[in-house]
Amino acid sequence: MKRVPALLFLLSFVMISCGPGDSSPEAASDSSARYIENKGSDTIVNLALAWAERYQEEHPDVRISVTGGGSGTGIAALVNGTVDIANASRQIKEEEIADAQANGVEPVEFIIARDAIAVIVNPENPVDKLTLQQISDIYSGVITNWSEVGGEDRPIVKLSRETNSGTHVYFLETVLRLGDGENKTLFSMDTLLLPSSEGIIAEVRQNPNAIGYDGLGYVPEDLKMIAIAKEHGGAYVLPSIETVNDKSYAIARDLYMYTNGQPTGAIKDYLDWILSDEAQQIVADLGFVPNIED
Amino acid sequence: MEKSLTWHEFIITRLIQASGYSAIIFVLLIFFFLLREGMPTLREVDAGSLLNIRWYPIEEHFGILPLITGSLIITFGAALIAVPFGIGTAIYISEIAPRWMREILKPLVELLGGLPSVVLGFLGILIVSPYLRVLLDLPTGLTAFTGSLLLGAIAVPTVVSVAEDALDSVPRAYREGAWALGATRWQTIWRVTLPAARSGVLTAIMLGIGRAIGETMTVMMVTGNAPVLAVRLSNLFSPVRTMTATIAAEMGEVANGSVHYHVLFFIGIVLFLISLAVNIAASSVVFASKKRAERILS
Repeated sequence: MKRVPALLFLLSFVMISCGPGDSSPEAASDSSARYIENKGSDTIVNLALAWAERYQEEHPDVRISVTGGGSGTGIAALVNGTVDIANASRQIKEEEIADAQANGVEPVEFIIARDAIAVIVNPENPVDKLTLQQISDIYSGVITNWSEVGGEDRPIVKLSRETNSGTHVYFLETVLRLGDGENKTLFSMDTLLLPSSEGIIAEVRQNPNAIGYDGLGYVPEDLKMIAIAKEHGGAYVLPSIETVNDKSYAIARDLYMYTNGQPTGAIKDYLDWILSDEAQQIVADLGFVPNIED
Repeated sequence: MEKSLTWHEFIITRLIQASGYSAIIFVLLIFFFLLREGMPTLREVDAGSLLNIRWYPIEEHFGILPLITGSLIITFGAALIAVPFGIGTAIYISEIAPRWMREILKPLVELLGGLPSVVLGFLGILIVSPYLRVLLDLPTGLTAFTGSLLLGAIAVPTVVSVAEDALDSVPRAYREGAWALGATRWQTIWRVTLPAARSGVLTAIMLGIGRAIGETMTVMMVTGNAPVLAVRLSNLFSPVRTMTATIAAEMGEVANGSVHYHVLFFIGIVLFLISLAVNIAASSVVFASKKRAERILS
């Protein structure tokens, strides 16, 4: 994960230098160009890169440049007409649409994949369901013993990814702060920050006190996933491709790509391919949830 | 004298001289680079929040105290393990072990010193930390103590090889003199050989501590990285976050030139100063006792 931005940076350089010389905004947004500029969310960047690599193997005449920088950066670049496709891990905002229209850009949305976070515990732990509020209280240090949520009398050991991980930020915003922008809840200070998914999985596997979270696609079979209810009294839902796609699972989001107007030419071919089974298999391989709705 | 040098001797002399100076130049360059990247911190973050107890950089909480105490408590634990074990091993190899045993042990200890720290980290995550959790009945095995154990293992070879060299260089006449006076083997070691090698043994301890405080990979893997202020001895058995692990974990993704970036370099300065202090302490001890040794010999 950590090396990827540097790699991307390098790769995008290579691509820029290989691409045709006329990479001015007008030429880039020209639908007949075989050069596709793709920028945005850091969450999607690995996926977009994997797609671009595979697609270029199959279509040597198309050049795709992928850069990260964040969802806002990608959408801003689309508004300014400097990219063909903007990646975003959130939906475009009203004011961004207004900005785009003022610039003569008409953003069109594609849901390219879904991202879900599973909350995991050791199989020995009798707790198998929690509400979002309970998980928030556990991670912010209000609940410190498993007996408070119907488990055994054991201390809770909270595991999280490092603060530089997109998953960490998403978990903070969606679970700890329950999606409320005004909420300033922080992770309790004794939360263990592990540098990798593997670290979290290894600790949960051997420690019955532990609770952790990870991208749904990365959770191995021998760990127990927690069924989550959006509010007290709501239905407890286990994460799966189906529950993520029908939106009944709480900690999941859609991942988007935006284009200027209905895409044509090479950009349309690329987006069609992204929604194909082959490309959606790459989604599953990278730990995201394939979009099976379309 | 200068004139008699041929031109290639002149070049070789200069080359050797340059490589000697290069060490000084590199250290200075690194230090100035650290200062340049780290000092803006003092302007951007006020001292109060820098000395806060919460480290959560993505929301502008830049309290570095938990990181400093985390590094210190782990190093303290590692020293508790590495010093007795290291010096004990050195005494055994140098004074007690028969020649054949010595020839097996020395290379083995050096091999241990060459073990990549990431391998030790793996052992720590998969074997040591689960075992410690059950044995000591802790909430989690990813604690400062686990880090100390592994860092101890990393520092022991350094301590052993430097201390063993020091003990080895104590003149044989010292021991023979002690034996002639009727001292037992233990009395000879404790009262004569060890004090005579004191400066080398202290250097060994300092180098071992320096090795432990700068170690990154192992501690990042096994200490849990929770930025908790570690001021009580009981914190040895809870997760902590060290300065080195913080820099390693966060530097990869931080925006160049941001406040967070400067704070990470500032932590680097603090780490550099701590290492410097350890080294100065070590060399002042060596210089002081060298004078004493010269007095004895004259």
